[in-house]
Amino acid sequence: MNLAMIWELAAQALQMLLVLALAPLVLGVTRKIKARLLRRIGPPTWQPYIDIWKLLHKEAVLAHNASWLYRVTPYLLFATTWVAAALVPTYAINLMFSWSADLIAIVALLATGRFALALAGMDVGTAFGGIGSSREMMIASLAEPAMLLVVFSVALIAGTTQLSTMASIFINGSVGLRVSLGLALFAFVFVAIAENARIPVDNPATHLELTMVHEAMVLEYSGRHLAMIEAAAALKLTLYFSLLACLFVPFGMATGDKNIDSVLIGLMTYLAKILVLAVLLPIGETSVAKMRVFRYPIFLGSAFAAAALAVFLLFVSRSL
Amino acid sequence: MPAFVGLWCVAALLGIAAAGVILGRWSWSWAPIYFASLVVSLAGLAAAFWHLWAGLPPETLSLPVGLPGVGSKFRLDALAAFFLLVANLGGAMASLYALGYGRHETSQLRVLPFYPAYLAGMNLVVLSDDAVSFLIAWEFMSLSSWALVVSNHRAPENIRAGYVYLLMASIGTLTLVLAFGVLAGVTGDYSFAAMRAQHPDAVAAGLVFLLVLAGAGSKAGLVPLHIWLPLAHPAAPSHVSALMSGVMTKIAIYGFIRIVFDLLGGPAWWWSLIVLGIGGATAVLGVLYALMQQDLKRLLAYSTVENIGIVFIGLGLGLAFRASNMAVPAALAITAALLHVFNHMLFKSLLFFGAGAVVTATGERNMENLGGLIHRLPRTAVAFLIGCAAVSALPPLNGFVSEWLTFQAILIGPELPQWGLRFIIPAVGAMLALSAALAAACFVKAYGIAFLGRPRSPAAEAARETDVFSLAAMFILAALCFAAGILPGAAIDFIAPVVQGLAGARLPVQIGQAWTSIVPIASSRSSYNGLVILSFLLASGVITALVVHRFATRATRRSDIWDCGYPDATPAAQYSGSSFAMPIRRVFGTTMFHVRETIDMPRPGETRAGHFHVKVTDPAWRWFYGPAARAVLRASAALNWLQFLTIRRYLTLVFATLVLLLMVVAAWR
Repeated sequence: MNLAMIWELAAQALQMLLVLALAPLVLGVTRKIKARLLRRIGPPTWQPYIDIWKLLHKEAVLAHNASWLYRVTPYLLFATTWVAAALVPTYAINLMFSWSADLIAIVALLATGRFALALAGMDVGTAFGGIGSSREMMIASLAEPAMLLVVFSVALIAGTTQLSTMASIFINGSVGLRVSLGLALFAFVFVAIAENARIPVDNPATHLELTMVHEAMVLEYSGRHLAMIEAAAALKLTLYFSLLACLFVPFGMATGDKNIDSVLIGLMTYLAKILVLAVLLPIGETSVAKMRVFRYPIFLGSAFAAAALAVFLLFVSRSL
Repeated sequence: MPAFVGLWCVAALLGIAAAGVILGRWSWSWAPIYFASLVVSLAGLAAAFWHLWAGLPPETLSLPVGLPGVGSKFRLDALAAFFLLVANLGGAMASLYALGYGRHETSQLRVLPFYPAYLAGMNLVVLSDDAVSFLIAWEFMSLSSWALVVSNHRAPENIRAGYVYLLMASIGTLTLVLAFGVLAGVTGDYSFAAMRAQHPDAVAAGLVFLLVLAGAGSKAGLVPLHIWLPLAHPAAPSHVSALMSGVMTKIAIYGFIRIVFDLLGGPAWWWSLIVLGIGGATAVLGVLYALMQQDLKRLLAYSTVENIGIVFIGLGLGLAFRASNMAVPAALAITAALLHVFNHMLFKSLLFFGAGAVVTATGERNMENLGGLIHRLPRTAVAFLIGCAAVSALPPLNGFVSEWLTFQAILIGPELPQWGLRFIIPAVGAMLALSAALAAACFVKAYGIAFLGRPRSPAAEAARETDVFSLAAMFILAALCFAAGILPGAAIDFIAPVVQGLAGARLPVQIGQAWTSIVPIASSRSSYNGLVILSFLLASGVITALVVHRFATRATRRSDIWDCGYPDATPAAQYSGSSFAMPIRRVFGTTMFHVRETIDMPRPGETRAGHFHVKVTDPAWRWFYGPAARAVLRASAALNWLQFLTIRRYLTLVFATLVLLLMVVAAWR
């Protein structure tokens, strides 16, 4: 255990804590901007921290027939989302554990969390839980293939599925502008919207029964369990922001030795990128209306088609 | 030595089958039969493991049985040892499970003689080294499993399942006979060594490939030859279902690999095009159809179809890379396929065992009558959950590892020179991604409807936990699912000799990688570490829970269901299996599966019950078998007049046919 290793561990721990600390803020910023766009004052930016704190200190109310799965799921969901978010490079590449999961594994880790949450939605045996789980899995079965095709297209451009290597290749600028990259970005944004239950696929603020998807699944949750689920949702949003920043605008990340200067530059650019995305998301959200459930296949199908086109172009253009 | 042990195991199993005939009339007979099968399977497992572990050279044995003057040849090489390991591990687990489950069988004499014979048949297929003993063993395996499928002969659907199975098995064997005929060629030497030595020309090799694809594919369950599988697998007793789905489909894959990769020599690239296309279609159609099932065991059988598709995607990629002399990518693809063979055996056996426990506890296979079993069968529920997560390709379990390796192989696809492959490989990648996502939806449905929620029938409410042997089998398999998921490097190294023989190269040694990661090609390209992921998940989850409980609150109150303020007391208000699948049915099913929903809603004031009926048609029946059956009927109707001729006309007909055939032979020469 030498000094360099401790330094590396600290850099990894910093990233883990960074995403965790930042996630509620990201959510708060999007909510604030959205409220301002709707000409409301809106809650303070740090309201999500207060919400989670409040929920954590309330007693959890469980249905009489709730099983152990129902109680474990919030922690499992939180853990999978947190680990996945901590494995996406934020301010620096080649962190200590960055090799333990590539982009495919990160997408699959999120699927693990979703699997558990969809099961928990069905645990108590209510109609709303079932409707939420069923629709969530329908959306996932459309979004996940599109996401994997996005992964394919960036992986084929970079020649790797490791996020750190991808980012360093994209930073060097040897890739240049590619049609496939543009199509992949388009598909990625659509998938990210669907995965994070944002408008036009789902409405995170709704409590109107028949429009709920994500909220319907977690309807029975309360107290600390709900706090974990809310924190996981915020982490997931942050994860998708970081992923977008890492794949499509990786500039500013610390690539070489992690000295104070490069880490600070990396942190600053990361925060700026996340902030810009947190502003752009509500602008997009307020400019469109929510879709009916059976319009989702069109929305996600277009993402799938764009990503598939990107991959086909890459497969075919390899020899040209 | 291990080959010797393997053959002795076959002999011992046949002896046990004979004992089953004698003992089967007594009610206690299941215990010694299954125990003896367990011991023999463990011996076979040890032999296969030893062969692979010690890296022994291939061993051959000849027995003076079989065709006069030819005898039977047997051989144990790395490939055979791997499948022998899969077969005997599955067999040992099924026997262990049956030590508890077997007592529920009502007619022991219909199961006990055939069960060891079935195990013996599967072992013998893997060991045989000439076409005759291979085909005899193959037929023996088919027929003994057919006897097990119709063991519960009072249910009319089982008889139909047995009929369809017998028909499809006969067609499969017929194509294999023809394939071996072409392979043996004019020399007529039916030993595998002779076939391996002579290289058929391109047309003959292509013909053999197509025949084997049909023959082995029908046994494995490739679309559109899968139709018998979802009928026959659920009809058998659950431990046999596990063997049929988990092991026998793998023996079929063994047959495909043995002939196409080993005996045929260098593949042509268009073979892989066909395998990839069929594999992708099988994966997607299998899982979509699984999603629409209400019968728990039939859902599992269709999920087997999906996983066979995934294995064939890996094999197709292996063929494609081998045809272009890319040895390392071929090794990657074949490793992925073989690992998925192993993984699928583990989790599908586990899931069928769980389904068997549910069926004995409730007497129900229909998920719409289950629910809440996590409270009634708490241990089975844990094991079944692990199986569901593994089959859904979720990290850190084993199903994910093999799919991840397949994805890595797909990503090398652009390096291939053939344009046709460059078009189909990304499409197959998309299909693989789609089937993985749909499998998660399918198993959320299976687990959520059967094990979660509130009981939908009195039988589900009164269910009792299953016996200790069944639980032991399930938990051993669940532990292996975890082990293969977090330490896949060991498994990859273990099967490296097999891959070396098939692809001409092997993946880098994995054991020495830092932190036991798996690194298929190079660490800058891709790596995955299930152990680190699992430790991270455990650490972050447990620490978070402890911190929350310690520093925030751990107060918990039990209360009634909230359900947005409108709780409905009747369990019928829950989501059912078909309502869970409805969105996906709506998205994918209307054109593909010809889904028709009929709603019969009584008008206000009418007292009759409302009805909702969903009809889902398997496209294979609609597009393939329906027209085929109609064509056969039409042809036989057209030829009907031939039945009513005089003897003179029959003799004329025979004579004319003979002359015609002789002329054909004369022209051929």
